[in-house]
Amino acid sequence: MNGIHDLGGKHGMGPVVVEANEPYFHEEWEGRMLAMMIACFAAGIYNVDRFRHPIEKMDPRHYLLSSYYEKWLCTVEQNCIDAGIVTREEVDACHQQLMKEKLQ
Amino acid sequence: MKDDNAHKNILIPEVGLRVKALESLLAEKGAIDPASLDLIIETFEKQMGPKNGAKVIAKAWMDPDYKTWLLKDGTAAIKTLGYIGVQGENMVVIENTPSVHNVVVCTLCSCYPWPTLGLPPIWFKSAPYRARVVIEPRAVLKEFGLDVPDDVEVRVWDSTAELRYLVMPMRPAGTEGFTEEQLAALVTRDSMIGTGVALAA
Repeated sequence: MNGIHDLGGKHGMGPVVVEANEPYFHEEWEGRMLAMMIACFAAGIYNVDRFRHPIEKMDPRHYLLSSYYEKWLCTVEQNCIDAGIVTREEVDACHQQLMKEKLQ
Repeated sequence: MKDDNAHKNILIPEVGLRVKALESLLAEKGAIDPASLDLIIETFEKQMGPKNGAKVIAKAWMDPDYKTWLLKDGTAAIKTLGYIGVQGENMVVIENTPSVHNVVVCTLCSCYPWPTLGLPPIWFKSAPYRARVVIEPRAVLKEFGLDVPDDVEVRVWDSTAELRYLVMPMRPAGTEGFTEEQLAALVTRDSMIGTGVALAA
C-alpha cells in the first residue's frame, strides 16, 4: 500500500528532533499500550500484517501528528473490533465515561 | 505554520483514557490479563535495552571467531547470548569499516531490534528521520554530530517487518587491554543504529 506511511525520500519533513535522555515511556498509558499490543499479538488476535494494515489506512494528518503509541491504539482497537471481541460503541462509551469521571 | 489547536482536533482526545477503556473492556471479556501487562512492562524496563546489544558487539571485538559467526549468522550468534524474541527473530549484523559506514532506518514504520536495543527512541520512528536518512544520509548524520568523510561510503539499510539490522561500530583505538565489560561501556545505542560511533577510550 502506497500510503502516507511510505515516508522514505519524502521532502519537507523538517529536522530530526532528538530528545536527550529520552525515557522509555513519557506517560504511563504508553507502557500499558505497548503491553496490550504484545498481549493481543500473543493471544492471536492479529499477525504482523493485520497489525500494520490499520496504521497504514490512518488519515494521513492523524498519521503524521500522532505518536507511535497512539497509532498502536488505533490498530489494536480496530483489530479487536474486527475480531468481534469489542464494538466501537463499547469503546466509545467507556472512553466517554472515563473522560466524564476525570472532570468530576 | 504550526497550529497546536489544529492538532487537537485530529489527535484522539484523552488518548490515555481510551487506552484504559480498551484495556478494561478486553480484560472484562477475558481477551487479556491485566497482570500479564504489568509483567511485560517490567520485562521491557528491566531486561531490554542497548546494554544487551553492547555485550554482543564487545564480545565480537574480543573474539574473532564469534565476530565471524555474528556477521555470517547474526540470529544464531545473538541467540547464544540470550537476546532473542519478538522483533529480533531475524537479525543481520553489518560491520562498519574504515571505508564503509552503515546506518539503519525503517522507512515504513518503526521496526527495530527489541531484544538487542530495547524500544526505539522517538526520533527513529519520526517522519523526518524516516523520510530523510535514505536520500540525504550524510546531512542527517551531521545533525547527529557525525561527519562522515567523503571517501567513506555510507550505506543505508531499510528494515522490514521480518528482518532487523544491528550495526557493529568500529572498535575505538587504544582499547587493546580492555576487558569485554570495559568495551561494552563504549558501545552506545546510536553507534549500533549507525547515527553515532563507539565512544573514545
